[in-house]
Amino acid sequence: MNEATLIFGMFLVTFSVRYILFAVAGKVRFPPWLTTGLNFVPPAVLTAIIVPALLIPQGELWLRVDNPWLLAGIFAALVSFWRRDLLTTIVAGMLFFMILRFGFNL
Amino acid sequence: MTSNSSNPDLGIIKRKEMLDGAKATLPLIIGAIPFGIIFGTLAGPSGLSAWGALAMSIIVFAGSAQFISLGLLAAGAAIPVIIATTFVVNLRHILYAANLVPKVRHLPHRWRLMMAFGLTDETFAAVSNRFLLQDNTTHAHWFYLGSWLAMYSNWVFCTGLGIALGELFPDMTHWGLDFAMSVTFIGMVVPYLKSKPMWGAVIVSAAIAMATVGLPHKLGLMVAALCGISTGLSLHLLLKQRAVRESVHE
Repeated sequence: MNEATLIFGMFLVTFSVRYILFAVAGKVRFPPWLTTGLNFVPPAVLTAIIVPALLIPQGELWLRVDNPWLLAGIFAALVSFWRRDLLTTIVAGMLFFMILRFGFNL
Repeated sequence: MTSNSSNPDLGIIKRKEMLDGAKATLPLIIGAIPFGIIFGTLAGPSGLSAWGALAMSIIVFAGSAQFISLGLLAAGAAIPVIIATTFVVNLRHILYAANLVPKVRHLPHRWRLMMAFGLTDETFAAVSNRFLLQDNTTHAHWFYLGSWLAMYSNWVFCTGLGIALGELFPDMTHWGLDFAMSVTFIGMVVPYLKSKPMWGAVIVSAAIAMATVGLPHKLGLMVAALCGISTGLSLHLLLKQRAVRESVHE
């Protein structure tokens, strides 16, 4: 079944990444450039997901001030710069989004 | 390490460690609740069955990768592409493991298996304080177990809750709740933005992601991420080289 293959494959790559260093228990060392490179993985991957999700929320480019995804995304980024706290950012961003979407019917 | 479960004092210490681990993870769990629920509600409309969604949370246990897989499924991406994307998205966990391994390499293998399976962003954030900032980590693996159990049971429960809510209120998928994923990721990215190479990585990644949005199988995500990572790494090496050269001139 397709779903079983998908889930097993996702498990395999996820667990391997998490397990490899625990398995060898520190007997290997990364070259410094690789460690530095890995630091850029989360922000680069997450940004590549966020930006199209905000600019193309419903199938086509929506680069205007009445795009609630874009407005609330910018708002959340500002909150995050200000407070540096994940939970505050999530709650404030979601609230702002809900107000725009249901309060102002955007 | 030999553990003597008949020793009541040791039992109390272990239980306390587990409870402390769960407590330390609590704020992060609260953040994961909407995430799990929304994953459950979006699964069906994205083309993943209810059992598939639950199985994914139980077996894969990787929030952001699971979310992204839904987006890819909805876009009609092929299974190998989804698995490859999962790999790239979860690569960050290698860094977490690298930080923890020196503290846990003496533990029996079954402990390290548990730690690997439970190595999420949230549990790493909670246990790294315990392992890296405090002394006396003899029983800290019980702290890890407590953090993992709390995180895992909550994730599976919220997925189930989301699936049920999605079936009760099919309209929910039109509310734009997918924004919860974007806002969570924004909150995760911003703290990284402290250096020029990091800004470079993020700006290039954003631009390439928009430019490659039309690529089949959502391959643009991986292309953009790889371009962003190479930009960041190149800028980092360039700036370091320049700093070295300037210090030589002085």
